Amino acid sequence: MSIHNKKLFLLCLATLAGLFVLQFLLSDYLVLAFTRILILAVFAMGYNVLMGYTGLVSLGHAMFFGAGVYGAGLSSYYLGVSLPVAFLAGILAAIALSFLIGLLALRTQTVSFMIVTLMFSQAAFLLILYFSEFTGGDQGLTLPTSARSFSLFGLEVDMTSDVARYNLALTVFGVVLLGLFAFTQGPVGRLLVAVRENEDRTRMLGFDTYAIKLLAFTVSGGISGVAGALYGLMFGYIGSAFAEFKISIEALLFTLVGGPGTLLGPLVGTGLMTLLIDRLSGVTTAYLIVIGALLIVVTLWFPTGILGTLRDRWLPWLK
Amino acid sequence: MDTIGTKKTFTLPRRSLLKGMAMSGAALAAPGIIGRAVAQSGDVIKLGAPFHRTGIGAAYGRWYERTALAAVKLINEQGGINGLPVELIIEDDGTDPKRGVEAVEKFSAEHKVDAIFGHLFSHVSAASAPRAGELKMPYFLCSEAHSLAAGAFNRYVFQPSISDVKSQVSSMAPWITDNLGKKVTMIYPDYAFGYDHRDNLTAAIKAQGGEIVGDIAIPPTETSYTRYLPRIPLNTEVIYHVLVGPGVLTFVKELGEHLGSQRPEIFGFIDSLEAVSFDIPQLAYLEGTHFWEAMPRYAQPNQTSFDKFYREKVGVDANGASVDDAKSVATFSHMFSVWETLFAMKKAMEMADYKGPKQKIAMLEAMESITGFEESNEFPQGRKIFNGKMHQSFAQQNISKVVDGKLKVVHTVSPEDTLYPDEADYTKMSF
Repeated sequence: MSIHNKKLFLLCLATLAGLFVLQFLLSDYLVLAFTRILILAVFAMGYNVLMGYTGLVSLGHAMFFGAGVYGAGLSSYYLGVSLPVAFLAGILAAIALSFLIGLLALRTQTVSFMIVTLMFSQAAFLLILYFSEFTGGDQGLTLPTSARSFSLFGLEVDMTSDVARYNLALTVFGVVLLGLFAFTQGPVGRLLVAVRENEDRTRMLGFDTYAIKLLAFTVSGGISGVAGALYGLMFGYIGSAFAEFKISIEALLFTLVGGPGTLLGPLVGTGLMTLLIDRLSGVTTAYLIVIGALLIVVTLWFPTGILGTLRDRWLPWLK
Repeated sequence: MDTIGTKKTFTLPRRSLLKGMAMSGAALAAPGIIGRAVAQSGDVIKLGAPFHRTGIGAAYGRWYERTALAAVKLINEQGGINGLPVELIIEDDGTDPKRGVEAVEKFSAEHKVDAIFGHLFSHVSAASAPRAGELKMPYFLCSEAHSLAAGAFNRYVFQPSISDVKSQVSSMAPWITDNLGKKVTMIYPDYAFGYDHRDNLTAAIKAQGGEIVGDIAIPPTETSYTRYLPRIPLNTEVIYHVLVGPGVLTFVKELGEHLGSQRPEIFGFIDSLEAVSFDIPQLAYLEGTHFWEAMPRYAQPNQTSFDKFYREKVGVDANGASVDDAKSVATFSHMFSVWETLFAMKKAMEMADYKGPKQKIAMLEAMESITGFEESNEFPQGRKIFNGKMHQSFAQQNISKVVDGKLKVVHTVSPEDTLYPDEADYTKMSF
């Protein structure tokens, strides 16, 4: 098996090694913060498959994150299944939902696509509220203490341990990162980019662009579900807030800031935005204004995001 | 800035960019790294307050913060807790469950506080309470949700001041059926907060021999209510409403247009109109109707010296508005819980001779051993029964009537009449 884009592959490995070492260097709080950042970065990486590589801007990815949260959380809460099984249930729920929604939403394009994904997402959000007796609605459900640890291949994992949480998040992040490296840097990835750059031409060359987009949509939704399932199980709480519109916007912003169409951009964007919000909110209640100003700056001077700018100017392999 | 043709482009030298990024990264990480060095000084009691500074709960958050600052100032003026000054650290949780959890983690791992208090909205506390338990962080709610008393949380979570919604609603029902009528139509928001009211009121009204004749759930996104109002049955004797949010003024106006002067009795929860002035034309239709209040917004003729003291310290006038701005109305029926919770924590810390985290378990056990609080400057809302097994307080409740655009208390329910059988025993859980 040949590895395309070896430099990026090495950078991914270095990033993973760096993230592993980080837990020994950072303060207790930053380890907790990076645990959350890694999970949300997985979400943004899933979003990036669709937006960055395939050029389809969705405003409804909260529903896939929510599918992961609820698929995992409800199976743990009601069926009492072990956490790994619940995790898989969350991922499967997100894959199934994204495949179905993709079948319908991909019949539209550009602005219509954004509106359709937004509407499906809002419908999913309202369904969670409508079936609140089952889902807990806006108040949510707190997972039982029995769902705070699990054993896998003889390994006992305590979900309340900070070290276990960080390394679990890092493992999932690492698997998704390397999986996406294989997905985006190989022939399939080039097809996604071809659709993004010129869909008509790709079709003319004999490719089924609908199938390519559906694949991207399902992979994107599935990875968003991975993040949702992990988040729900890691924090022991599921609620409709995780399927709200602003969750979709967060994924969009993290990707935009970091660099759409770059493999590590979502991690950079998520880390930067999360830490900025965290620090600024301690200084002023108007922190969202600062975030807004930053976004304007990024859009005006770095329209391809931080890593996108680096790629365009100096590091063409950073994609 | 380089100029290429007529198009200006901004170029950033790689060195400057990398330098900038490195400096920004260091600036972002610094507080966390430094935090490790300066934490646990042991000469101060640090309390973390995750308030709803922004988001849907911002009106509450603003007053929670003001009340907390006043209470901490008073505690420090009185010599602190066990001789140690109290430091208040406030973080915004955006009234968002995800941010709520982040705030709990930040308080625990970065600020290294001794305890956290002040979450109000139930979805935020439902997400934060489990994490607080995992971090072994004492976590005091100033909410109304029934989840704590129902046993959904853990041994580190307490609610020592405000009653939960089950207690509030069930204690109102006998007065409603005895004085206003037995055929009740409920109008409530179509989400969990509304369902708490629906379920508890339905059970309580039935227990009093009454009947729910109408059940109208209104989606929170609704801005006009005219299509729901015809669903109020003609035989309704009492309308019970708990709508919250900006739509409530429209609701009252449209209710008036629909019912006119031949209206049934109307009973509402003050949650609908917290931080909203009563003497505005849009609310004129509520004249003569009744409200539940945890703590009377308007100073009553029999005002206690404790109520007066509390208003003075927080800066609230006799009409429940800020002394600086009569238009800034307080969330008076909720924010007392912040004041009282701080004094409840102080009491437990004093009982355990709390000086730092080493006495944490002793402090929690002391809290569980408390059986109640007497009405005082520290507990101005009134006497309370504290159930150490359920970690929940049971306080007196008030029913007020709107008279001349002000709320006048017409009935007070004693704490004993707000009790219900135990639903949880946290003392059997391990720490």
